[in-house]
Amino acid sequence: MSITKDEVIHVAKLARLKFTDEELEMYSHQLDNIIKYVDKLNELNTDDVEPTAHIVPISNVFREDEVMPSMDREKILMNAKEKEDGCFKVPKIIE
Amino acid sequence: MELHELKIHELHELLKNKEVSAVDVTKAYLERIKEVEPQVDALISITEEYALKKAEEADKMIQDGNINDLTGIPVIIKDNMCTENIRTTCASKMLEDFVPPYNATVVENLSNLGAVMVGKANLDEFAMGSSTENSAFKTTKNPWDLSRVPGGSSGGSAASVAADECAFSLGSDTGGSIRQPASLCGVVGMKPTYGLVSRYGLVAFASSLDQIGPLTKDVTDCAIVLNAIAGHDPKDSTSVDKMRKKDYKEFLKEDIKGIRIGYAKEFFGEGLDDGVRESIESSLKIFESLGAEIKEISLPYLDYALAAYYIVSSAEASSNLARYDGIRYGHVATNYEDLIDMYMVSRSEGFGKEVKRRIMLGTYALSSGYYDAYYNKALKVRTLIKKDYEKAFEDVDVIVGPTSPTTAFKIGERVEDPLAMYLADVYTVPVNIAGLPGLSLPCGLSNDLPVGLQIVGRHFDEGIVLNAAYAFEKACNFNAKPSFKGGAK
Amino acid sequence: MNYEAVIGLEVHAELLTKTKIFCSCTTEFGGEPNTHVCPVCLGLPGTLPVLNKKVVEYAVKAGLALNCEISKFSKMDRKNYFYPDLPKAYQISQYDLPLCKNGYVEIETSDGVKKKIGLTRIHIEEDAGKLMHENIDGSLVDYNRTGVPLIEIVSEPDMRTPEEAYLYLTKLKSVLEYSEVSDCKMQEGSLRVDTNVSVRPVGSNEFGTKIELKNLNSFKAVQRALEYEIKRQIKLIENGEKIVQETRRWNEQKGVTESMRSKEEAHDYRYFPEPDLVPIIVSDEWKEEIRKSLPEMPEHKKERFVSQYGIPEYDASIITSSKPLADFFEKCALEYSSAKTISNWIMGEMMRLLKDTGKEIDEVPIKPHQMASLLNLIDNGTITGSIAKTVFEEMFMTGKNPDDIVEEKGLKQLSNEDELREIAVKVIKDNPKSVEDYKNGKEKALGFLVGQMMKATKGKANPQLANKLLREELSK
Repeated sequence: MSITKDEVIHVAKLARLKFTDEELEMYSHQLDNIIKYVDKLNELNTDDVEPTAHIVPISNVFREDEVMPSMDREKILMNAKEKEDGCFKVPKIIE
Repeated sequence: MELHELKIHELHELLKNKEVSAVDVTKAYLERIKEVEPQVDALISITEEYALKKAEEADKMIQDGNINDLTGIPVIIKDNMCTENIRTTCASKMLEDFVPPYNATVVENLSNLGAVMVGKANLDEFAMGSSTENSAFKTTKNPWDLSRVPGGSSGGSAASVAADECAFSLGSDTGGSIRQPASLCGVVGMKPTYGLVSRYGLVAFASSLDQIGPLTKDVTDCAIVLNAIAGHDPKDSTSVDKMRKKDYKEFLKEDIKGIRIGYAKEFFGEGLDDGVRESIESSLKIFESLGAEIKEISLPYLDYALAAYYIVSSAEASSNLARYDGIRYGHVATNYEDLIDMYMVSRSEGFGKEVKRRIMLGTYALSSGYYDAYYNKALKVRTLIKKDYEKAFEDVDVIVGPTSPTTAFKIGERVEDPLAMYLADVYTVPVNIAGLPGLSLPCGLSNDLPVGLQIVGRHFDEGIVLNAAYAFEKACNFNAKPSFKGGAK
Repeated sequence: MNYEAVIGLEVHAELLTKTKIFCSCTTEFGGEPNTHVCPVCLGLPGTLPVLNKKVVEYAVKAGLALNCEISKFSKMDRKNYFYPDLPKAYQISQYDLPLCKNGYVEIETSDGVKKKIGLTRIHIEEDAGKLMHENIDGSLVDYNRTGVPLIEIVSEPDMRTPEEAYLYLTKLKSVLEYSEVSDCKMQEGSLRVDTNVSVRPVGSNEFGTKIELKNLNSFKAVQRALEYEIKRQIKLIENGEKIVQETRRWNEQKGVTESMRSKEEAHDYRYFPEPDLVPIIVSDEWKEEIRKSLPEMPEHKKERFVSQYGIPEYDASIITSSKPLADFFEKCALEYSSAKTISNWIMGEMMRLLKDTGKEIDEVPIKPHQMASLLNLIDNGTITGSIAKTVFEEMFMTGKNPDDIVEEKGLKQLSNEDELREIAVKVIKDNPKSVEDYKNGKEKALGFLVGQMMKATKGKANPQLANKLLREELSK
């Protein structure tokens, strides 16, 4: 498979990234190379193979339903650039 | 010998016998940092004030008879592990001024034991890279040859140990990021079994592959640090239960008679430097002379590991790095049109090239219509690789081979060709894919540059890996030191 | 041509756990913005989720109560999308292996037909934060609600009328309340409903173009929105126009659905298995343990109410249709001897006031012991039955004690013979026509005269005494 420039534009949008035309050229070219390389996986027949999402087979790891204190709001907000009235602030959203 | 040249267990003896204080030790290392840091550029932050305060606390612990192996020992932490009230940047413009309000579990553990953090190490941005050239702030140099890379992504952690800026450091390893720089810098580096060390507080790159581990000056120190950081953490659902942890110092024995050591013929194919090949071959002879049984094994799917790795790690990264939007923390754009544009501009300004490349690849691999062809396919290949190892481990106890196909390469040599850079991880990546423990230790020099030997064990069989490494270290007696040659100054 | 609607519903219900799904922050409603937040639910770099065991148990409980199969093996997945209320930019949810599947809810339509509505699946997931748009120059984000556990209940497209959708929701809510997994308070957002609807010619097996409806703030709103939307779609088809797949918003004031500005890109959630969480395995033992913890369900309660309290089956089915209402009834029955009287009051005054005010039973401040006091006041002759209705209404609105209301407003029954006789005499004098009718044998006229006495005493006259005194005076 190979990746087209239109696909790169679409993927960039999905990933919330913005590129100049020059960057688009570069990424299209490099991604195309990488995708051609990873396409070697298709040499393998994996029809009867189960995917492995977790390498160490553990299950049912839980936490008890016990309330612990939350963090001071000052600390919660300390790394935010825009804040107001104890909230994080973002550009106006029109719903 | 200078204090900064000592190993953890040597410093510990001095501290225990009160021949030196933790403050003396810390000051000596801070001095050493000032001396070599301008050449090596291993650190993003030097935490002098914090270190002196921690050293005083360590001295108090020692006075009170509460000394343990790491009390008063200077450590450097890779700058992708959260440190409370101390900037944690991931070497990214995105997190240039991010100050975590909490400690990573490993940082908390070390702090409780009285270890003294003297600085935070440089890395490839968000741990994505194999040369530390992807740092947004500086390029770390290899202490053996300052015109060469230290490897990556834990290049700062490895270089700082090699340059004696600390007694040990912590790195993180997603596809070789501890072992490959350890190899290139001539130090010991270990990636434990996935799940042995808590990932809580490690800024995620690829969650199903990431693992924290030690970089040390010898195998004994490696076991000491592993003792301190391994174990169950209720904050990490993928960390294993308490029963899995052992006292790793108990495995530091010179006797390896009868241990079955495998080497995969696939390791010795195309792309392997001659110098590296020679060192590895003579290493196998050393093992043989120690009474180990040497066996050739085959890992037929090894060739597909790198491709599967880049799909899985990039897909997870694309999701893990989606949270950086400038709202709650991190870089935020000043010029944008609306909300979506704010996201796009902030992220495009905050992330570097390699990070964006991987986010793009990962987003593509997960996107509608491609999931089965790429992501799910890669997870299936992961199963095949896992089975490859399971089969091999029926016949052998550990698998040895080169850590990296080459010694340290020149700064700038591979930056324009991402695929060539990715090939630096060809021997380390399969170990992450299978979640196995892997250790790299120096086994010789090739053109005055260190060569690393990788030893891989079964899941949670760190013990036998350390046993083999310890015996090899004693027999090989590698004692060369970096020369700091080739610097611009 | 005749058309029928095809309706499917997606319901999100907040679970009644004490803590969030992946961290130990409280799930308490309200609170100052961003005070129920920790590094985990804020999605700070490096933090990891740990699943709350109660969330699994409650979801399984809901699944069992809703006749679902419980999956032995299930897992969490990431649903990726960017929005300021979603701090990690992915929601941890379940994609291809939900905890529960293939359940059903049985409803009974107004013409007495019983029908099973299929449930495709129930899965667990985390809630998002809250966005506030009051400011002019920006929107504000509060993450208190982020990470509150939700179950999403997806129905099969089995409903054919808005009434069926309404009945399905009522029944679903009742079961969730009964199983004590959610308080289902729509006004606090702990129950949210989205619906899909399409129309097709009767007899067709194909589905028409699906429209998603949002902003449905009550079950009645769901019913009204569906009624409107079905008419709209039929009209479009009959006019030969095409229905475009879209999301429409219900405008409660105007009573219409309106097209929402379509998002600039199609959704691509890029689901993949959550690497930070391990699979969930529900063993048969665990499942049975959870089943044992299920409280009495509506059907059983209804039967028990009929046999234990001797109330009519119809009353029992209305009262048990809502868990809080059934609880109220049963608590009153503990405080007062005649369950039948309580049931009459609930069926009459309580239902009327709930309907008039649009309130939910759990918003009504009347305590069971107050209800019992009210009934005792009637029994001991302190107030008349008609005054009791006034007192009940006041209790319903204010939560005051009935004795205090009677005292404050001077509502005690008039039983003073002299006083009442004076009024009787006056009523006879003022209504010569009725007096004449009575004397000519029209018993009905007496009723009118009693009514006049009630009017003169503002309902406080003891009706038996008034009757007796009038007869006496008229026979003079």
